[in-house]
Amino acid sequence: MIGLEHYLGVAATLFVIGIFGLFLNRKNVIILLMSIELILLSVNINLVAFSSFLGDLVGQVFTLFVLTVAAAEAAIGLAILVSFFRNRGTIAVEDVNVMKG
Amino acid sequence: MIQADLNIILPEILLSVYAMVALIGAVYGGKDKLAPMLTWLTAIVFVLLGAWIGMTGAGENLAFDGMFQDDGFSRFAKVTILFSAAAVLIMGQDYMSRRGMLRFEYPVLIALSAVGMMMMVSAGDLMALYMGLELQSLALYVVASLRRDSVKSTEAGMKYFVLGALSSGLLLYGASLVYGFAGTTNFAGIIEAAGEGHIPLGLLFGLTFVTAGLAFKVSAVPFHMWTPDVYEGAPTPITAFFATAPKVAAMGLLARVLHDAFGGAVGDWQQIVALLSVLSMFLGAVAAIGQRNIKRLMAYSSIAHMGYALMGLAAGTAFGVQAMLIYMVIYVTMNVGTFAFILSMERDGQPVTDITSLNMYARREPGRALAMLILLFSLAGVPPLVGFFGKFYVLRAAYEAGLAWLAVLGVVASVVGAFYYLRIVFYMYFGEEGEALDKGRSVVQYVFLMASAAAMLLGVVNLFGIETVAQAASLALVN
Repeated sequence: MIGLEHYLGVAATLFVIGIFGLFLNRKNVIILLMSIELILLSVNINLVAFSSFLGDLVGQVFTLFVLTVAAAEAAIGLAILVSFFRNRGTIAVEDVNVMKG
Repeated sequence: MIQADLNIILPEILLSVYAMVALIGAVYGGKDKLAPMLTWLTAIVFVLLGAWIGMTGAGENLAFDGMFQDDGFSRFAKVTILFSAAAVLIMGQDYMSRRGMLRFEYPVLIALSAVGMMMMVSAGDLMALYMGLELQSLALYVVASLRRDSVKSTEAGMKYFVLGALSSGLLLYGASLVYGFAGTTNFAGIIEAAGEGHIPLGLLFGLTFVTAGLAFKVSAVPFHMWTPDVYEGAPTPITAFFATAPKVAAMGLLARVLHDAFGGAVGDWQQIVALLSVLSMFLGAVAAIGQRNIKRLMAYSSIAHMGYALMGLAAGTAFGVQAMLIYMVIYVTMNVGTFAFILSMERDGQPVTDITSLNMYARREPGRALAMLILLFSLAGVPPLVGFFGKFYVLRAAYEAGLAWLAVLGVVASVVGAFYYLRIVFYMYFGEEGEALDKGRSVVQYVFLMASAAAMLLGVVNLFGIETVAQAASLALVN
Protein backbone atom coordinates (compact mmCIF):
# COMPACT_ATOMS: atom_id res chain seq x y z
CA MET A 1 0.00 0.00 0.00
CA ILE A 2 1.42 3.37 -0.98
CA GLY A 3 0.74 5.94 1.71
CA LEU A 4 1.20 9.66 2.13
CA GLU A 5 4.75 9.30 3.40
CA HIS A 6 5.87 7.68 0.14
CA TYR A 7 4.66 10.63 -1.84
CA LEU A 8 6.28 13.03 0.57
CA GLY A 9 9.48 11.00 0.33
CA VAL A 10 9.54 11.28 -3.46
CA ALA A 11 8.80 15.00 -3.26
CA ALA A 12 11.54 15.56 -0.68
CA THR A 13 14.02 13.61 -2.82
CA LEU A 14 13.17 15.65 -5.91
CA PHE A 15 13.44 18.85 -3.89
CA VAL A 16 16.91 17.93 -2.63
CA ILE A 17 18.03 16.90 -6.13
CA GLY A 18 16.84 20.29 -7.37
CA ILE A 19 18.71 22.19 -4.65
CA PHE A 20 21.89 20.20 -5.31
CA GLY A 21 21.48 20.76 -9.03
CA LEU A 22 21.49 24.49 -8.39
CA PHE A 23 24.57 24.51 -6.22
CA LEU A 24 26.79 21.76 -7.64
CA ASN A 25 26.19 22.47 -11.31
CA ARG A 26 29.14 24.29 -12.86
CA LYS A 27 28.33 23.77 -16.49
CA ASN A 28 25.24 25.22 -17.94
CA VAL A 29 22.61 27.76 -16.98
CA ILE A 30 19.89 25.65 -18.64
CA ILE A 31 20.52 23.05 -15.95
CA LEU A 32 19.79 25.72 -13.36
CA LEU A 33 16.40 26.31 -14.99
CA MET A 34 15.73 22.57 -14.97
CA SER A 35 16.66 22.37 -11.29
CA ILE A 36 14.27 25.20 -10.48
CA GLU A 37 11.55 23.36 -12.39
CA LEU A 38 12.34 20.23 -10.41
CA ILE A 39 11.93 22.11 -7.12
CA LEU A 40 8.56 23.49 -8.18
CA LEU A 41 7.37 20.07 -9.35
CA SER A 42 8.34 18.47 -6.06
CA VAL A 43 6.18 21.08 -4.37
CA ASN A 44 3.33 20.13 -6.67
CA ILE A 45 3.63 16.46 -5.71
CA ASN A 46 3.56 17.51 -2.07
CA LEU A 47 0.47 19.64 -2.58
CA VAL A 48 -1.48 17.04 -4.54
CA ALA A 49 -0.56 14.29 -2.08
CA PHE A 50 -1.68 16.39 0.87
CA SER A 51 -4.80 17.43 -0.99
CA SER A 52 -5.82 13.84 -1.66
CA PHE A 53 -4.88 12.78 1.86
CA LEU A 54 -6.87 15.58 3.48
CA GLY A 55 -9.78 15.28 1.06
CA ASP A 56 -9.47 19.01 0.47
CA LEU A 57 -9.42 20.57 -2.99
CA VAL A 58 -7.44 23.69 -2.07
CA GLY A 59 -4.13 21.90 -2.56
CA GLN A 60 -4.97 21.05 -6.16
CA VAL A 61 -6.03 24.61 -6.87
CA PHE A 62 -2.70 25.73 -5.42
CA THR A 63 -0.94 23.27 -7.75
CA LEU A 64 -2.60 24.84 -10.78
CA PHE A 65 -1.40 28.26 -9.67
CA VAL A 66 2.11 26.95 -9.16
CA LEU A 67 2.15 25.34 -12.61
CA THR A 68 1.05 28.58 -14.25
CA VAL A 69 3.59 30.68 -12.41
CA ALA A 70 6.32 28.13 -13.15
CA ALA A 71 5.62 28.47 -16.86
CA ALA A 72 5.83 32.27 -16.65
CA GLU A 73 9.00 32.01 -14.61
CA ALA A 74 10.65 29.69 -17.14
CA ALA A 75 9.72 32.07 -19.96
CA ILE A 76 11.32 35.01 -18.17
CA GLY A 77 14.36 32.95 -17.22
CA LEU A 78 14.93 31.91 -20.82
CA ALA A 79 14.46 35.49 -22.02
CA ILE A 80 17.11 36.74 -19.60
CA LEU A 81 19.33 33.84 -20.66
CA VAL A 82 19.02 34.80 -24.33
CA SER A 83 20.00 38.41 -23.68
CA PHE A 84 22.88 37.22 -21.51
CA PHE A 85 24.06 34.91 -24.29
CA ARG A 86 23.96 37.79 -26.78
CA ASN A 87 26.30 39.80 -24.57
CA ARG A 88 28.71 37.10 -23.46
CA GLY A 89 28.44 34.44 -26.15
CA THR A 90 28.33 31.73 -23.51
CA ILE A 91 25.91 30.32 -20.98
CA ALA A 92 28.39 28.45 -18.81
CA VAL A 93 27.79 29.10 -15.12
CA GLU A 94 31.50 29.77 -14.56
CA ASP A 95 31.27 32.73 -16.91
CA VAL A 96 28.57 34.49 -14.91
CA ASN A 97 31.32 36.31 -13.05
CA VAL A 98 31.77 39.89 -14.25
CA MET A 99 30.83 40.98 -10.74
CA LYS A 100 31.98 38.88 -7.87
CA GLY A 101 29.80 38.42 -4.86
CA MET B 1 -21.01 39.41 -1.94
CA ILE B 2 -18.69 39.46 -4.92
CA GLN B 3 -19.42 43.16 -5.32
CA ALA B 4 -18.24 43.82 -1.78
CA ASP B 5 -15.08 41.78 -2.39
CA LEU B 6 -14.31 43.66 -5.57
CA ASN B 7 -14.77 46.97 -3.80
CA ILE B 8 -12.12 46.00 -1.26
CA ILE B 9 -9.54 45.17 -3.92
CA LEU B 10 -10.47 48.16 -6.08
CA PRO B 11 -7.06 49.88 -5.78
CA GLU B 12 -5.27 46.74 -7.01
CA ILE B 13 -7.77 46.29 -9.84
CA LEU B 14 -7.37 49.90 -10.92
CA LEU B 15 -3.58 49.69 -10.90
CA SER B 16 -3.46 46.44 -12.88
CA VAL B 17 -5.98 47.75 -15.42
CA TYR B 18 -3.87 50.90 -15.69
CA ALA B 19 -0.75 48.80 -16.30
CA MET B 20 -2.44 46.80 -19.05
CA VAL B 21 -3.95 49.86 -20.73
CA ALA B 22 -0.59 51.62 -20.57
CA LEU B 23 1.14 48.61 -22.11
CA ILE B 24 -1.34 48.26 -24.99
CA GLY B 25 -1.45 52.01 -25.49
CA ALA B 26 2.33 52.27 -25.68
CA VAL B 27 2.67 49.28 -28.01
CA TYR B 28 0.15 50.71 -30.49
CA GLY B 29 1.02 54.33 -29.78
CA GLY B 30 4.48 55.79 -29.87
CA LYS B 31 6.49 53.02 -28.19
CA ASP B 32 9.57 54.49 -26.49
CA LYS B 33 8.64 58.05 -27.43
CA LEU B 34 5.86 57.80 -24.88
CA ALA B 35 8.14 56.46 -22.16
CA PRO B 36 8.94 59.73 -20.31
CA MET B 37 5.27 60.72 -20.29
CA LEU B 38 4.28 57.23 -19.18
CA THR B 39 6.82 57.33 -16.35
CA TRP B 40 5.37 60.55 -15.00
CA LEU B 41 1.83 59.28 -15.47
CA THR B 42 2.61 56.09 -13.57
CA ALA B 43 4.15 58.09 -10.75
CA ILE B 44 1.05 60.29 -10.59
CA VAL B 45 -1.19 57.21 -10.54
CA PHE B 46 0.91 55.83 -7.67
CA VAL B 47 0.62 59.03 -5.69
CA LEU B 48 -3.13 59.32 -6.27
CA LEU B 49 -3.73 55.69 -5.33
CA GLY B 50 -1.52 56.02 -2.27
CA ALA B 51 -3.34 59.14 -1.13
CA TRP B 52 -6.68 57.49 -1.79
CA ILE B 53 -5.77 54.36 0.19
CA GLY B 54 -4.33 56.45 3.00
CA MET B 55 -7.28 58.86 3.23
CA THR B 56 -10.32 56.68 2.74
CA GLY B 57 -9.39 53.27 4.09
CA ALA B 58 -10.94 52.38 7.41
CA GLY B 59 -11.41 49.34 9.59
CA GLU B 60 -10.56 45.78 8.68
CA ASN B 61 -12.11 44.33 5.57
CA LEU B 62 -11.72 40.75 4.39
CA ALA B 63 -12.28 39.81 0.78
CA PHE B 64 -12.63 36.37 -0.82
CA ASP B 65 -13.01 34.42 2.42
CA GLY B 66 -10.09 36.08 4.10
CA MET B 67 -7.67 35.53 1.21
CA PHE B 68 -7.17 39.24 0.93
CA GLN B 69 -7.21 41.53 3.93
CA ASP B 70 -7.33 45.25 3.91
CA ASP B 71 -6.44 46.53 7.37
CA GLY B 72 -4.44 49.32 8.93
CA PHE B 73 -1.20 47.40 8.52
CA SER B 74 -1.63 46.72 4.82
CA ARG B 75 -2.71 50.29 4.16
CA PHE B 76 0.34 51.67 5.95
CA ALA B 77 2.64 49.46 3.91
CA LYS B 78 0.81 50.22 0.65
CA VAL B 79 1.08 53.97 1.11
CA THR B 80 4.81 53.64 1.81
CA ILE B 81 5.30 51.37 -1.21
CA LEU B 82 3.36 53.56 -3.63
CA PHE B 83 4.95 56.84 -2.54
CA SER B 84 8.49 55.50 -2.62
CA ALA B 85 7.93 53.84 -6.00
CA ALA B 86 6.61 57.14 -7.36
CA ALA B 87 9.63 59.01 -6.01
CA VAL B 88 12.05 56.54 -7.58
CA LEU B 89 10.27 56.66 -10.94
CA ILE B 90 10.39 60.44 -11.06
CA MET B 91 13.99 60.85 -10.02
CA GLY B 92 15.29 58.18 -12.39
CA GLN B 93 13.42 59.37 -15.46
CA ASP B 94 15.97 61.95 -16.57
CA TYR B 95 18.93 59.61 -15.93
CA MET B 96 17.39 56.86 -18.02
CA SER B 97 16.21 59.09 -20.88
CA ARG B 98 19.66 60.54 -21.38
CA ARG B 99 21.18 57.08 -21.66
CA GLY B 100 18.51 55.81 -23.98
CA MET B 101 17.35 53.07 -21.66
CA LEU B 102 13.98 54.50 -20.79
CA ARG B 103 11.77 51.99 -22.52
CA PHE B 104 8.03 52.12 -22.18
CA GLU B 105 8.09 48.70 -20.49
CA TYR B 106 9.87 50.18 -17.48
CA PRO B 107 6.94 52.10 -15.92
CA VAL B 108 4.54 49.31 -16.87
CA LEU B 109 6.68 46.68 -15.15
CA ILE B 110 7.08 48.88 -12.10
CA ALA B 111 3.30 49.29 -11.96
CA LEU B 112 2.82 45.53 -12.19
CA SER B 113 5.37 44.89 -9.47
CA ALA B 114 3.57 47.50 -7.35
CA VAL B 115 0.36 45.48 -7.78
CA GLY B 116 2.29 42.42 -6.61
CA MET B 117 3.64 44.28 -3.60
CA MET B 118 0.17 45.49 -2.67
CA MET B 119 -1.04 41.89 -2.87
CA MET B 120 1.86 40.76 -0.70
CA VAL B 121 1.13 43.06 2.20
CA SER B 122 -2.58 42.23 2.04
CA ALA B 123 -2.22 38.48 1.72
CA GLY B 124 -4.40 36.42 4.03
CA ASP B 125 -3.71 33.07 2.47
CA LEU B 126 -0.66 31.15 1.26
CA MET B 127 -1.92 31.26 -2.32
CA ALA B 128 -2.46 35.00 -2.28
CA LEU B 129 0.99 35.36 -0.71
CA TYR B 130 2.61 33.30 -3.45
CA MET B 131 0.81 35.02 -6.32
CA GLY B 132 1.64 38.47 -5.00
CA LEU B 133 5.25 37.56 -4.41
CA GLU B 134 5.67 36.09 -7.88
CA LEU B 135 3.98 39.00 -9.62
CA GLN B 136 6.42 41.31 -7.89
CA SER B 137 9.48 39.12 -8.45
CA LEU B 138 8.84 38.30 -12.10
CA ALA B 139 8.49 41.98 -12.91
CA LEU B 140 11.67 42.76 -10.99
CA TYR B 141 13.75 40.06 -12.74
CA VAL B 142 12.95 41.73 -16.04
CA VAL B 143 13.58 45.22 -14.70
CA ALA B 144 17.00 44.19 -13.35
CA SER B 145 18.13 43.17 -16.82
CA LEU B 146 16.40 46.09 -18.51
CA ARG B 147 19.63 47.22 -20.12
CA ARG B 148 19.81 44.23 -22.36
CA ASP B 149 22.94 45.31 -24.22
CA SER B 150 24.97 45.50 -21.02
CA VAL B 151 26.85 42.49 -19.69
CA LYS B 152 26.51 43.66 -16.11
CA SER B 153 22.80 44.31 -16.28
CA THR B 154 21.94 40.96 -17.86
CA GLU B 155 24.23 39.19 -15.43
CA ALA B 156 22.49 40.95 -12.56
CA GLY B 157 19.13 39.86 -13.97
CA MET B 158 20.33 36.30 -14.31
CA LYS B 159 21.69 36.08 -10.77
CA TYR B 160 18.57 37.69 -9.38
CA PHE B 161 16.40 35.32 -11.36
CA VAL B 162 18.16 32.11 -10.33
CA LEU B 163 18.38 32.99 -6.63
CA GLY B 164 14.91 34.52 -6.61
CA ALA B 165 13.43 31.40 -8.17
CA LEU B 166 15.29 29.27 -5.63
CA SER B 167 13.85 31.35 -2.80
CA SER B 168 10.35 31.04 -4.26
CA GLY B 169 10.92 27.30 -4.39
CA LEU B 170 11.94 27.19 -0.72
CA LEU B 171 8.96 29.30 0.22
CA LEU B 172 6.59 27.08 -1.77
CA TYR B 173 7.98 23.91 -0.26
CA GLY B 174 7.35 25.43 3.15
CA ALA B 175 3.88 26.49 2.08
CA SER B 176 3.07 22.95 0.94
CA LEU B 177 4.21 21.55 4.30
CA VAL B 178 2.18 24.15 6.18
CA TYR B 179 -0.85 23.28 4.07
CA GLY B 180 -0.38 19.58 4.71
CA PHE B 181 0.04 19.84 8.44
CA ALA B 182 -2.48 22.59 9.08
CA GLY B 183 -5.01 21.33 6.55
CA THR B 184 -5.67 24.80 5.20
CA THR B 185 -3.88 27.58 3.38
CA ASN B 186 -5.77 30.32 5.16
CA PHE B 187 -3.77 32.28 7.75
CA ALA B 188 -6.73 32.33 10.14
CA GLY B 189 -7.00 28.53 9.81
CA ILE B 190 -3.26 28.02 10.23
CA ILE B 191 -3.10 30.00 13.45
CA GLU B 192 -5.92 27.85 14.81
CA ALA B 193 -4.18 24.61 13.80
CA ALA B 194 -0.88 25.81 15.22
CA GLY B 195 -2.44 26.63 18.57
CA GLU B 196 -0.67 28.28 21.47
CA GLY B 197 2.82 27.40 22.62
CA HIS B 198 5.08 25.14 20.56
CA ILE B 199 3.82 24.10 17.15
CA PRO B 200 3.97 20.57 15.69
CA LEU B 201 7.17 19.52 13.94
CA GLY B 202 5.70 19.48 10.43
CA LEU B 203 4.44 23.04 10.75
CA LEU B 204 7.77 24.09 12.22
CA PHE B 205 9.53 22.77 9.11
CA GLY B 206 7.07 24.65 6.94
CA LEU B 207 7.54 27.82 8.95
CA THR B 208 11.33 27.55 8.64
CA PHE B 209 11.21 27.12 4.88
CA VAL B 210 8.75 29.99 4.45
CA THR B 211 10.92 32.25 6.61
CA ALA B 212 14.02 31.27 4.64
CA GLY B 213 12.26 32.06 1.37
CA LEU B 214 11.16 35.45 2.62
CA ALA B 215 14.60 36.17 4.09
CA PHE B 216 15.91 35.92 0.52
CA LYS B 217 13.49 38.61 -0.54
CA VAL B 218 14.49 40.99 2.25
CA SER B 219 18.14 40.03 1.61
CA ALA B 220 18.86 38.96 5.16
CA VAL B 221 22.09 37.06 5.82
CA PRO B 222 22.69 34.13 5.05
CA PHE B 223 20.41 34.62 2.03
CA HIS B 224 21.95 37.88 0.85
CA MET B 225 24.44 36.75 -1.83
CA TRP B 226 22.48 38.22 -4.71
CA THR B 227 22.14 41.71 -3.26
CA PRO B 228 25.57 43.30 -3.96
CA ASP B 229 25.76 41.93 -7.51
CA VAL B 230 22.21 42.89 -8.42
CA TYR B 231 22.64 46.36 -6.92
CA GLU B 232 25.87 46.89 -8.81
CA GLY B 233 24.74 45.44 -12.12
CA ALA B 234 21.29 46.93 -12.45
CA PRO B 235 20.98 50.50 -13.77
CA THR B 236 21.09 52.94 -10.86
CA PRO B 237 17.41 54.07 -10.91
CA ILE B 238 16.43 50.41 -10.74
CA THR B 239 18.85 49.80 -7.90
CA ALA B 240 17.15 52.68 -6.11
CA PHE B 241 13.83 50.95 -6.67
CA PHE B 242 15.17 47.60 -5.37
CA ALA B 243 16.41 49.30 -2.24
CA THR B 244 13.05 50.84 -1.36
CA ALA B 245 9.57 49.52 -2.20
CA PRO B 246 10.25 45.75 -2.54
CA LYS B 247 12.04 45.77 0.82
CA VAL B 248 8.99 47.31 2.51
CA ALA B 249 6.71 44.78 0.82
CA ALA B 250 8.85 41.81 1.79
CA MET B 251 9.16 42.98 5.40
CA GLY B 252 5.41 43.55 5.49
CA LEU B 253 4.79 40.09 4.14
CA LEU B 254 7.19 38.52 6.64
CA ALA B 255 5.45 40.34 9.49
CA ARG B 256 2.11 39.24 8.14
CA VAL B 257 3.06 35.55 7.93
CA LEU B 258 4.77 35.50 11.31
CA HIS B 259 2.00 37.28 13.19
CA ASP B 260 -1.13 36.32 11.25
CA ALA B 261 -0.34 32.68 10.63
CA PHE B 262 2.09 31.84 13.43
CA GLY B 263 1.25 34.49 16.00
CA GLY B 264 0.64 31.84 18.65
CA ALA B 265 4.15 30.45 18.36
CA VAL B 266 6.31 33.53 18.85
CA GLY B 267 8.85 31.48 20.79
CA ASP B 268 9.38 29.19 17.79
CA TRP B 269 10.26 31.84 15.24
CA GLN B 270 11.78 34.42 17.54
CA GLN B 271 15.20 32.76 17.51
CA ILE B 272 15.22 32.34 13.72
CA VAL B 273 14.41 36.00 13.15
CA ALA B 274 16.84 37.15 15.86
CA LEU B 275 19.62 35.09 14.26
CA LEU B 276 18.87 36.52 10.80
CA SER B 277 18.91 39.97 12.35
CA VAL B 278 22.28 39.60 14.10
CA LEU B 279 23.98 38.07 11.06
CA SER B 280 22.59 40.75 8.73
CA MET B 281 23.65 43.62 10.97
CA PHE B 282 27.19 42.36 11.34
CA LEU B 283 27.79 41.22 7.79
CA GLY B 284 26.30 44.46 6.47
CA ALA B 285 28.55 46.48 8.76
CA VAL B 286 31.77 44.56 8.17
CA ALA B 287 31.56 43.66 4.47
CA ALA B 288 30.80 47.22 3.38
CA ILE B 289 34.12 48.47 4.73
CA GLY B 290 36.08 47.10 1.79
CA GLN B 291 33.72 48.42 -0.88
CA ARG B 292 34.78 51.16 -3.29
CA ASN B 293 31.66 51.07 -5.43
CA ILE B 294 28.92 53.15 -3.85
CA LYS B 295 26.17 50.91 -5.23
CA ARG B 296 27.74 47.82 -3.67
CA LEU B 297 28.22 49.80 -0.50
CA MET B 298 24.53 50.69 -0.46
CA ALA B 299 23.74 47.00 -0.97
CA TYR B 300 25.61 46.07 2.20
CA SER B 301 24.08 49.06 3.91
CA SER B 302 20.62 47.80 3.01
CA ILE B 303 21.50 44.34 4.32
CA ALA B 304 22.50 45.91 7.64
CA HIS B 305 19.33 48.01 7.73
CA MET B 306 17.19 44.94 7.10
CA GLY B 307 18.92 43.41 10.10
CA TYR B 308 17.65 46.27 12.27
CA ALA B 309 14.14 46.02 10.85
CA LEU B 310 14.19 42.28 11.58
CA MET B 311 15.20 43.10 15.14
CA GLY B 312 11.88 44.86 15.59
CA LEU B 313 10.12 41.84 14.17
CA ALA B 314 12.10 39.47 16.41
CA ALA B 315 10.59 41.17 19.46
CA GLY B 316 7.33 39.50 18.51
CA THR B 317 5.19 42.23 20.05
CA ALA B 318 2.90 44.91 18.68
CA PHE B 319 5.51 47.47 19.67
CA GLY B 320 8.09 45.50 17.71
CA VAL B 321 5.96 45.66 14.57
CA GLN B 322 5.42 49.38 15.15
CA ALA B 323 9.18 49.86 15.48
CA MET B 324 9.75 47.85 12.29
CA LEU B 325 7.23 49.97 10.35
CA ILE B 326 8.75 53.23 11.58
CA TYR B 327 12.20 51.91 10.73
CA MET B 328 11.15 50.95 7.21
CA VAL B 329 9.59 54.36 6.51
CA ILE B 330 12.72 56.13 7.72
CA TYR B 331 14.95 53.74 5.79
CA VAL B 332 13.01 54.31 2.57
CA THR B 333 13.11 58.09 2.97
CA MET B 334 16.86 58.05 3.55
CA ASN B 335 17.46 55.76 0.61
CA VAL B 336 15.41 57.89 -1.78
CA GLY B 337 17.61 60.87 -0.89
CA THR B 338 20.85 58.92 -1.05
CA PHE B 339 20.04 57.42 -4.42
CA ALA B 340 18.98 60.84 -5.73
CA PHE B 341 22.54 61.84 -4.89
CA ILE B 342 24.09 58.72 -6.45
CA LEU B 343 22.06 59.30 -9.62
CA SER B 344 23.53 62.78 -9.90
CA MET B 345 27.13 61.49 -9.63
CA GLU B 346 28.57 61.70 -13.12
CA ARG B 347 31.68 62.82 -14.92
CA ASP B 348 31.47 64.00 -18.55
CA GLY B 349 27.91 62.72 -18.65
CA GLN B 350 28.92 59.18 -17.67
CA PRO B 351 27.73 57.70 -14.37
CA VAL B 352 30.43 57.27 -11.75
CA THR B 353 30.07 54.93 -8.80
CA ASP B 354 33.53 54.99 -7.25
CA ILE B 355 33.44 56.63 -3.82
CA THR B 356 36.89 58.17 -4.25
CA SER B 357 35.44 60.31 -7.06
CA LEU B 358 33.73 62.30 -4.31
CA ASN B 359 37.08 63.78 -3.22
CA MET B 360 36.64 67.38 -2.13
CA TYR B 361 33.07 67.39 -3.35
CA ALA B 362 32.10 69.76 -0.56
CA ARG B 363 34.29 72.55 -1.93
CA ARG B 364 32.53 72.54 -5.28
CA GLU B 365 28.95 71.88 -4.22
CA PRO B 366 28.57 72.66 -0.53
CA GLY B 367 24.76 72.41 -0.54
CA ARG B 368 24.58 68.91 -1.96
CA ALA B 369 27.50 67.75 0.14
CA LEU B 370 25.79 68.99 3.28
CA ALA B 371 22.55 67.21 2.38
CA MET B 372 24.47 64.00 1.70
CA LEU B 373 26.33 64.44 4.99
CA ILE B 374 23.03 64.63 6.86
CA LEU B 375 21.71 61.54 5.05
CA LEU B 376 24.87 59.54 5.72
CA PHE B 377 24.85 60.49 9.40
CA SER B 378 21.22 59.51 9.52
CA LEU B 379 21.95 56.17 7.82
CA ALA B 380 24.67 55.56 10.38
CA GLY B 381 22.20 56.36 13.15
CA VAL B 382 23.98 59.36 14.62
CA PRO B 383 21.77 61.26 17.07
CA PRO B 384 19.86 63.53 16.86
CA LEU B 385 18.94 62.72 13.25
CA VAL B 386 15.85 60.74 12.36
CA GLY B 387 17.85 57.62 11.50
CA PHE B 388 18.81 57.43 15.15
CA PHE B 389 15.17 57.31 16.21
CA GLY B 390 14.51 54.41 13.86
CA LYS B 391 17.30 52.46 15.52
CA PHE B 392 16.18 53.60 18.96
CA TYR B 393 12.68 52.17 18.42
CA VAL B 394 13.85 48.74 17.28
CA LEU B 395 16.44 48.53 20.05
CA ARG B 396 13.82 49.44 22.61
CA ALA B 397 11.40 46.86 21.17
CA ALA B 398 14.06 44.15 21.38
CA TYR B 399 15.03 45.18 24.91
CA GLU B 400 11.45 45.22 26.16
CA ALA B 401 10.84 41.77 24.67
CA GLY B 402 13.70 40.38 26.76
CA LEU B 403 16.23 40.30 23.91
CA ALA B 404 18.75 42.56 25.60
CA TRP B 405 21.66 40.66 24.00
CA LEU B 406 20.20 41.42 20.56
CA ALA B 407 19.92 45.12 21.38
CA VAL B 408 23.52 45.23 22.62
CA LEU B 409 24.79 43.50 19.47
CA GLY B 410 22.74 45.95 17.42
CA VAL B 411 24.48 48.91 19.05
CA VAL B 412 27.89 47.31 18.45
CA ALA B 413 27.07 46.66 14.78
CA SER B 414 25.86 50.20 14.29
CA VAL B 415 29.13 51.58 15.67
CA VAL B 416 31.11 49.33 13.30
CA GLY B 417 28.86 50.30 10.42
CA ALA B 418 29.23 54.02 11.07
CA PHE B 419 32.81 53.74 9.80
CA TYR B 420 32.02 53.38 6.11
CA TYR B 421 29.39 56.10 6.10
CA LEU B 422 31.82 58.45 7.76
CA ARG B 423 34.50 57.54 5.26
CA ILE B 424 32.33 58.91 2.44
CA VAL B 425 31.90 62.09 4.47
CA PHE B 426 35.67 62.18 4.91
CA TYR B 427 36.21 61.95 1.15
CA MET B 428 33.68 64.69 0.52
CA TYR B 429 35.21 67.12 2.99
CA PHE B 430 38.87 66.23 3.44
CA GLY B 431 39.83 63.96 0.52
CA GLU B 432 42.64 64.59 -1.91
CA GLU B 433 42.04 66.84 -4.85
CA GLY B 434 41.01 64.74 -7.85
CA GLU B 435 39.10 64.96 -11.08
CA ALA B 436 35.89 66.83 -10.45
CA LEU B 437 32.43 65.43 -10.96
CA ASP B 438 30.00 67.27 -13.23
CA LYS B 439 27.76 69.89 -11.74
CA GLY B 440 24.45 68.26 -10.89
CA ARG B 441 21.95 69.30 -13.49
CA SER B 442 18.75 67.46 -12.66
CA VAL B 443 16.42 69.66 -10.64
CA VAL B 444 14.24 66.70 -9.68
CA GLN B 445 17.14 64.81 -8.10
CA TYR B 446 18.21 67.96 -6.28
CA VAL B 447 14.70 68.41 -4.88
CA PHE B 448 14.51 64.81 -3.68
CA LEU B 449 17.97 64.97 -2.12
CA MET B 450 17.19 68.19 -0.28
CA ALA B 451 13.68 67.10 0.76
CA SER B 452 14.98 63.83 2.14
CA ALA B 453 17.80 65.54 4.05
CA ALA B 454 15.36 68.13 5.39
CA ALA B 455 13.04 65.34 6.52
CA MET B 456 15.95 63.81 8.43
CA LEU B 457 16.43 67.10 10.28
CA LEU B 458 12.85 68.25 10.76
CA GLY B 459 11.51 64.80 11.56
CA VAL B 460 13.19 64.82 14.95
CA VAL B 461 10.37 67.01 16.26
CA ASN B 462 7.64 64.39 16.04
CA LEU B 463 8.63 62.04 13.17
CA PHE B 464 5.80 63.71 11.18
CA GLY B 465 3.25 61.86 13.28
CA ILE B 466 4.23 58.51 11.83
CA GLU B 467 4.48 57.03 15.29
CA THR B 468 0.74 56.99 16.00
CA VAL B 469 -0.14 55.77 12.50
CA ALA B 470 2.38 52.96 12.79
CA GLN B 471 1.00 52.08 16.19
CA ALA B 472 -2.52 51.74 14.81
CA ALA B 473 -1.14 49.66 11.94
CA SER B 474 0.74 47.33 14.26
CA LEU B 475 -2.29 46.86 16.50
CA ALA B 476 -4.31 45.87 13.43
CA LEU B 477 -1.78 43.11 12.75
CA VAL B 478 -0.97 41.86 16.24
CA ASN B 479 -3.95 41.16 18.43
